[in-house]
Amino acid sequence: MAEFTLPKDTSLNKRSRPVDDLIRYVLFVCASISILTTAGIIFVLGNEALNFFRSHGFIQAGNSLIQAIEPDETVIRHTTSGQTYTVGDMISFAEREGTEILLITDVPERGVLIVERGYEGTTPSFHGNGSNLFKVKNVTLVEFFTGQRWQPQIAAFGFLPLLVSTVIISVIGLLVAVPIGLGAAIYMSEYASERARSILKPTLEILAGIPTVVLGYFALTFMTPLLRAIFGVDVVQVYNMASAGIVVGFMLIPLVATVSEDALRAVPRSLREASFALGATRFETSVRVLVPSALSGILAAIILAMSRAFGETMIVAVAAGAGPMYPIDFNPFKAAETITGHIARISTGDLSYASMDYNSLFSLGLVLFVVTLALNLLSNYISARFREVYQ
Amino acid sequence: MNNIEDRIEAQMTLDKEFVALQLEHVNIYYGPNLAVADVTMQIHKNKITSFIGPSGCGKTTVLRSLNRMNDLIPGARVEGSVLYNGENLYSHQVDPVQVRRNIGMVFQKPNPFPKSIYDNIAYGPRLLGVTKKSVLDEIVERSLRGAALWDEVKNDLKKSGLALSGGQQQRLCIARTIAIEPDIILMDEPCSALDPISTQRIEELMRELQSKYTIIIVTHNMSQAQRVSDYCAFYSIRKDETEVGKEKRWGTLVEFDSTEKMFTSPASVETRDYIAGRFG
Amino acid sequence: MMEDKRKTYSYVLPKREEYEQKLAARHRIGEIASRFFFAANAFALLVLFLLALNVSNSAFGLVVYTYAVEPDSLSDRPLYELSEPELVNLLVEKVPNRLRVVMRDTLSQVENRLFTTAPLREVLRGRTFDPEIADLTVNDLTPEQIALLLSDNLSQTELAAVIERQIIQPNVTRSWQLFDSLLNREQIERDVAERFPNGDLAWRSWISWDFVVSSVSSNPTFAGLRTALLGTFWVLLVTVITALPIGVGAAIYLEEYANDSWINRTIQTNIRNLAGVPSIIYGMLGLAVFVRVFEEFTSGRFLGITDTNGRTVMSAGLTLALVILPVIIVNAQEALKAVPSSLREASYGMGATKWQTVSRVVMPNAIGGIMTGLILSMSRAIGETAPLIVVGASTFIGIDPNGIFSKFTVVPIQIYQWTGRPELEFKNAAAGAILVLLITLLLMNSIAIYIRQRASVRL
Repeated sequence: MAEFTLPKDTSLNKRSRPVDDLIRYVLFVCASISILTTAGIIFVLGNEALNFFRSHGFIQAGNSLIQAIEPDETVIRHTTSGQTYTVGDMISFAEREGTEILLITDVPERGVLIVERGYEGTTPSFHGNGSNLFKVKNVTLVEFFTGQRWQPQIAAFGFLPLLVSTVIISVIGLLVAVPIGLGAAIYMSEYASERARSILKPTLEILAGIPTVVLGYFALTFMTPLLRAIFGVDVVQVYNMASAGIVVGFMLIPLVATVSEDALRAVPRSLREASFALGATRFETSVRVLVPSALSGILAAIILAMSRAFGETMIVAVAAGAGPMYPIDFNPFKAAETITGHIARISTGDLSYASMDYNSLFSLGLVLFVVTLALNLLSNYISARFREVYQ
Repeated sequence: MNNIEDRIEAQMTLDKEFVALQLEHVNIYYGPNLAVADVTMQIHKNKITSFIGPSGCGKTTVLRSLNRMNDLIPGARVEGSVLYNGENLYSHQVDPVQVRRNIGMVFQKPNPFPKSIYDNIAYGPRLLGVTKKSVLDEIVERSLRGAALWDEVKNDLKKSGLALSGGQQQRLCIARTIAIEPDIILMDEPCSALDPISTQRIEELMRELQSKYTIIIVTHNMSQAQRVSDYCAFYSIRKDETEVGKEKRWGTLVEFDSTEKMFTSPASVETRDYIAGRFG
Repeated sequence: MMEDKRKTYSYVLPKREEYEQKLAARHRIGEIASRFFFAANAFALLVLFLLALNVSNSAFGLVVYTYAVEPDSLSDRPLYELSEPELVNLLVEKVPNRLRVVMRDTLSQVENRLFTTAPLREVLRGRTFDPEIADLTVNDLTPEQIALLLSDNLSQTELAAVIERQIIQPNVTRSWQLFDSLLNREQIERDVAERFPNGDLAWRSWISWDFVVSSVSSNPTFAGLRTALLGTFWVLLVTVITALPIGVGAAIYLEEYANDSWINRTIQTNIRNLAGVPSIIYGMLGLAVFVRVFEEFTSGRFLGITDTNGRTVMSAGLTLALVILPVIIVNAQEALKAVPSSLREASYGMGATKWQTVSRVVMPNAIGGIMTGLILSMSRAIGETAPLIVVGASTFIGIDPNGIFSKFTVVPIQIYQWTGRPELEFKNAAAGAILVLLITLLLMNSIAIYIRQRASVRL
């Protein structure tokens, strides 16, 4: 039998372990990628949104110069068909960033404009006879947040129509998901036997795992025909917010149900017993003691669902309609595009990176990100406080 | 009078006026396992009865069977009968909600609802359909007075029940129980989570409540049983080790008598040993 | 005063009869409510059921085929019994002008726009051809030469299939949904006899092996899922290869190494918040960063690949990796937490270093949970649509992706596109694709459950 000895070292001194240190460092880098992702999201959305508010929109005016102008001339003569101008408007002769912008200072008569050359730091240059005029537009924050029309072709960037449809669909979704999800949660935590739970819970998991594009298909080919059959084809459009909203609700049911169920199950047994011992029925115990006790947990679930509804894309992209509503209309049976639906539709196809459309998507993305993040943080905060109560 | 049936006969003939609950051959099962076997005893009206015995002897199980709280445990089953006003609590036309409305319970750990003190007490009356504010106000005040808590909380009725100290919480739970005026109050080690001063206050309270309610208390504390109860039931554990590896244990009633008798001259050796602190 | 209160007090609680009456009502309400609670739960099941019904309804049913050329007029025998030379003859005879298109669709190795200009050595790379024609272009070939190429490179069944498509051109002119087909068969037959006298009424399953292996087509009759399935495969490959090591690494750091410093707490909170960010936002991040900033890398230009921009499998895979990273991390953390600390202590007790303990004791015990988490996050990634639309997957792709720098489309995007098409038959194809997708997901989840159960038996 071969003799062997294990290496022996009785020194207790600290020694360096470079491999261990390296591994620790690499693992830390892995973990910090999440921070990088967040930073990336904030930077990208912020930066492009900033570009959006800095850039100009150019609207074909229909007028053209009838007399060439030199860089120092301030009187413009143009054809009178098409756009009319007022003092303070900006015009340009090409549909591009970087070309000269002119500020209109006076409109003395039809077909004549007095302008300030080289406005906003652009360089005055020669413009030949027959050059087309473009109206130049900056999108201001005020217009973005209060404008009632979103139509990039005419440089109208008021996001209210997108917001309104997003909110309508989210509200419809919550109206479906909250009562059903909460009812399911109460049933699972208070009524169902272990066996029943073992069937119901996976059902919810399967529903939660259905890709949203499939739910979108379902909304378009099942829910919409159903709604049209019930309310009439004249009332319900082929693409409509109601069917998208209802199916968004279906998508949210598992979320509301599982998070609320966790909250209900976290309520101590002793409270159930106290209520029963006072002669309450199971229903009274559920509604008067358990739901109020788990209220903040349930609230967290609802807020989380709201955030999810806000950011849901495929269901609305398939079923709610292509094109922002104009004018704003609260009728849920009409077609309307949501924030996410708009981003998805505009990104389909080749989008030019230099265009205002491209930048505008990021400003929408920023709004979406801020709203969902705020809702998520609120939900986390509430559920953390809830957990404290029953620690 | 040695014959057990003769004794039962004698008890049955006792004036119904004095008997709050009559347990007859009660067996309690959890799933297939026997938890408590063959309990026959009676609970006297307006007296305090204590249940004592070692851990796992089934005293809490018996207590919970007296207002059908065991119904809430999946697989729990009761054989035999528990007569209340001549009606078996376990006959199928009996409504457990009705039972619990008449036989209230106070638990081991204080368990106020996360609501205000006022709403905690108004909970029961509201279940019964009392909605008038003035009536509820009165019930709250009387119940809190009855539980000797009024003076401490009368200015903070809107405060959460959870903000009270442990002893106050337990008295709040008692107030909550007496707010619906039950006949019988079951108390499952109500003082085990409390400090000695709070314990003393609860014990005093039990004595005060005795004039209006029948009280049954489960306790681990021998001297508490001796101090507060009029009657005492001693439960113990029985084992069956005939099947190797499948040891079976269940609880049973060993002796039931007046507290004085139990603590001075118990009939059974086992009781004497337990009271003397030799086991359990 | 006190005495007065006592007097009214005895009337405060409802009397027994009154109470019992109310009790019955309370029980009735409880009963109704419990039915509602149950119904709420059953509703989820109902939705799933309706969904399955709705998809099946479109994926199967009667269709009418009409033909450009009646199959019987070509040959007295069925196509599949003809020999190869006979089939080639048929092609040359019947559709000499379409032979080039046939060649492009079956043999070409280059992008469509290069097909007529590239030398044949490029176009036919890897195929059998006469070296003499290597420098010529497609336009220089005679129909006979093309026919020869076809018969050299294609089997008899493939040739028959080409003839079916190019000459006979069966076309689904109308389709009926499953229930319609089952319930109104007679009415449909009458309709067909009247409106499509030359059409054949037949049952068609829109999900079939052919459907899975055919490439996309502008004709729904032949539309297939191969391109999208390959796209999904490649994207998922990139996603898993990047997200798995990073995710598990992050989980190990957070569970085993991290102390309770603010930076580690920030990372943990951040991961939770990232899980709640709408996936379309990740798409925008991917568009701005992977597609544009790192275009040199994601387009493969740094390797000399020049025919694409940044909208590649690579960008899509990395974007999806970011989407599922929080899911993988959280699941892996749960798996690591489930390893009993006594095992760690045993390892440290024998003088193991931290990494030795983690790699040899903790990881082997957590691997089941980590794998389950991986599969669950992959099934999320498979269905993810929105971020890939933004990253730029959705343009019509004719050739199969063959690597990580290819342009691509994926199954859910194919579904999205087909659903948006006005032709009813594309909705049938979308239903077929949905079935393929759902079956894939079901398989993956079954595997996850299997692994989870095996892992739990072992512990």
